[in-house]
Amino acid sequence: MPTIPISKAQSEYDVVIVGSGAGGGQMAYTLTLAGLKCLMLEAGRSYDVVAETPMFQTGKDAPLGGSSTPDKNFGFYDATIDGGWQVPDEPYTQASDKAEEQFRWWRARMMGGRTNHWGRISLRNGPYDFKPYSRDGLGFDWPISYDDLEPYYTKVEKLIGVYGTNEGLENTPDSPKGVLQPPPKGRVGDLMIQKHGKKLGVPVVPIHRAVLTKPQDGKKLAPELHPDNPEAQKIVEESMSSRAACFWATDCGRGCSIRANYQSTTVHIPPADATGNLDIIANAHVREVIVGKDGKAKGVLFIDKTTGEEERVKGKAVVLAASSGETVRILLNSASGDGIANSSGLVGKYIMDTVGSDMLGQIPALENLPAHNDDGAGGCHFYSPWWLYKEQKAGKMDFARGYHIEISGTRSMPKGNSPVPTHVFKGLYGTRLKEAARRYYGSFIHVACRGEMIPNEGSFAELDSEVTDKWGIPVMKWHWEWSDHELNMAKHAQDTFGAIFEAAGGKGLINPNRKGKKAILRGGEVIHEVGGAIMGADSKKSVCNEWNQTWDIKNLLLCDASPFASNSDKNPTETIMALAWRAADRLIEQARKGDL
Amino acid sequence: MNSEEQENRLPRRRVLQWFAAVAAAEGLSIPTTLAQAPKPAAEGYGYDPVLNKTYERGEVWPLTFTEAEKKAAVALADVIFPADELGPAASEVRVADFIDEWVSAPYPRQQNDRKAIIPGLKKLDEECQKHFQKNFADASVEQKQAACDEMAKGNHFFNVFTSIAAGAYYSDPKCWRALGYVGNMPIGGSFPGPPEEVLKQAGVEQTVE
Repeated sequence: MPTIPISKAQSEYDVVIVGSGAGGGQMAYTLTLAGLKCLMLEAGRSYDVVAETPMFQTGKDAPLGGSSTPDKNFGFYDATIDGGWQVPDEPYTQASDKAEEQFRWWRARMMGGRTNHWGRISLRNGPYDFKPYSRDGLGFDWPISYDDLEPYYTKVEKLIGVYGTNEGLENTPDSPKGVLQPPPKGRVGDLMIQKHGKKLGVPVVPIHRAVLTKPQDGKKLAPELHPDNPEAQKIVEESMSSRAACFWATDCGRGCSIRANYQSTTVHIPPADATGNLDIIANAHVREVIVGKDGKAKGVLFIDKTTGEEERVKGKAVVLAASSGETVRILLNSASGDGIANSSGLVGKYIMDTVGSDMLGQIPALENLPAHNDDGAGGCHFYSPWWLYKEQKAGKMDFARGYHIEISGTRSMPKGNSPVPTHVFKGLYGTRLKEAARRYYGSFIHVACRGEMIPNEGSFAELDSEVTDKWGIPVMKWHWEWSDHELNMAKHAQDTFGAIFEAAGGKGLINPNRKGKKAILRGGEVIHEVGGAIMGADSKKSVCNEWNQTWDIKNLLLCDASPFASNSDKNPTETIMALAWRAADRLIEQARKGDL
Repeated sequence: MNSEEQENRLPRRRVLQWFAAVAAAEGLSIPTTLAQAPKPAAEGYGYDPVLNKTYERGEVWPLTFTEAEKKAAVALADVIFPADELGPAASEVRVADFIDEWVSAPYPRQQNDRKAIIPGLKKLDEECQKHFQKNFADASVEQKQAACDEMAKGNHFFNVFTSIAAGAYYSDPKCWRALGYVGNMPIGGSFPGPPEEVLKQAGVEQTVE
């Protein structure tokens, strides 16, 4: 992606956008196509998805066969650059030394941020998910409803390309007809869980993911997305035409050089760049938002990591889309550490992650299957949307919110680790061991609970008063706490997984140290960090209004997941984009009135 | 009675005792282990390695096996993954070099495995010397198998070695067929899904058109 040095920056931009992932990418896309001059600041380096993505490389080609290391936490071929659970020169701290009270913070320092490696699962929040407090008295309602955001979910799905089906299930919205791309066929593990889940009342259906299963129809879609804007139509149509459909090989976590899946660097930034209205500065580590005497945001102060110098850029509006934790950090470090947009005192409060709990099951009926290509779309094909709303409403459950189940493929490419759990090798070597590997490979199914966490007072982030990063900027200190809702959910998921595997004639492999309530992943580990600057209808009880604007500084917008007032089981990325597009439309309207 | 005959009459109980000693090698005190196996001083590949290239074993950090360790590792990997109808021998896909890269890596998981592998390989040769007057690599097929028969009953070194070797072996595309992995191939059009015979054997039906 072309970037500029600070010396080439304009004296002032319409909008300065901090972050280049789902939120920053969407803002840049929408604003530049409407003619606004934008500067995007990315803390990491630039990244060329076409030239750098390791398509088809095998374990033979990689150090340690590509298995994970402290340098590459999700394996050698994961797209993440300069990121992971730790980032060089940028520590974070924990308020507690107990693991269950800590938050593991995944960051990426690269153009496109975490969108380069994410799972591409693109689910809409349902109507209930915007009004959770009204339904069960827990957490907070959003100031918007599903109907407010629906048009933007549709726009996002048309732009990024999402496969899936409309199933008409409760609180699991259908997309308008013709919007979704066709789902890929079920893999054998998907069909196994589907068949046997049914016996237990667990519905299993095609998931929604941002992967093109057929070429995008730019001629049709671009005018629908950008009516009355011929130039935008031309650019978007061209960008869509240059994306290929999935060729059913190489996992999406590597990124996609043929641009079949969504990442900010394949879908948002290229058309934004083509408008000529976008400048990007890489290696720009933002310290604070500059606020004028009139109380408005004037721009951003950042460290140029290539020189170590402090630099300032000006904008008529400022968008923070740096990730929840990083956006909170910038807000709290602004005004020389006094913090901004924090009259409510809620900046950093109500950070949420997703409840994660998984299980590996072994199914004898899948042993010794004929070899066949199970790679598929490079991620999930099927999932199980939450199915017990009625039981919850009737007070029959010991947790308040839902989870969905993600089902993985069964015959993935071996990369550095044994392709089967090594207990199947017990007592064997030679041809008998190879026969065992052949027999059991493909007979293991991994299922994962992804569930709603209810915001609580004990899960928040603040500035550490002692520790700073390499550039002297105070770092985040995390506090974490699960409530019984989350722990009971994890137990329910474990029991459900075990029951499904048994119904399929197999069994779940349970780690004796991690069962029931203990089987919950640690805070942050699902990498769905949301909240920290929640939106609401009351300026005393929230940081942002329904347009992602901070109550205190109206030309300062938060366009990552930090304004989320709840974290439904639906993966946050599509909602980040829909909210950002909606906020951008509002900003464009204000710009047209000369009121930026 | 020559030594070959002696080997063939080896009481299984005695072999068990010898290779129990191999298992115990992992329990050696840390300083002894380090004296035998200098800790690699290398750095990792860092947070931004070039991804779309082919790496040679030893390219990112130096390999550290001694000649003797390498010989033992090559021989042991070939007993665990021999050439047969399912696929090539471990030596053909350089499994021992992978294991060398693994135990030479500066990361905690690999350093931990090194504590089992290096003393284990040494002990394997020592036991073979004691009883066969040969290193493991030079032992007969029967002798090697006798050793593996015992170690396969439950031996930490052998389990760790087998686990790393399995990761190495099946990561090579030449060994995918042995496992039944047939992906990493671009396919035009829509995803074909599992073939009919697979669905039939698994007792499921395709539900997506």
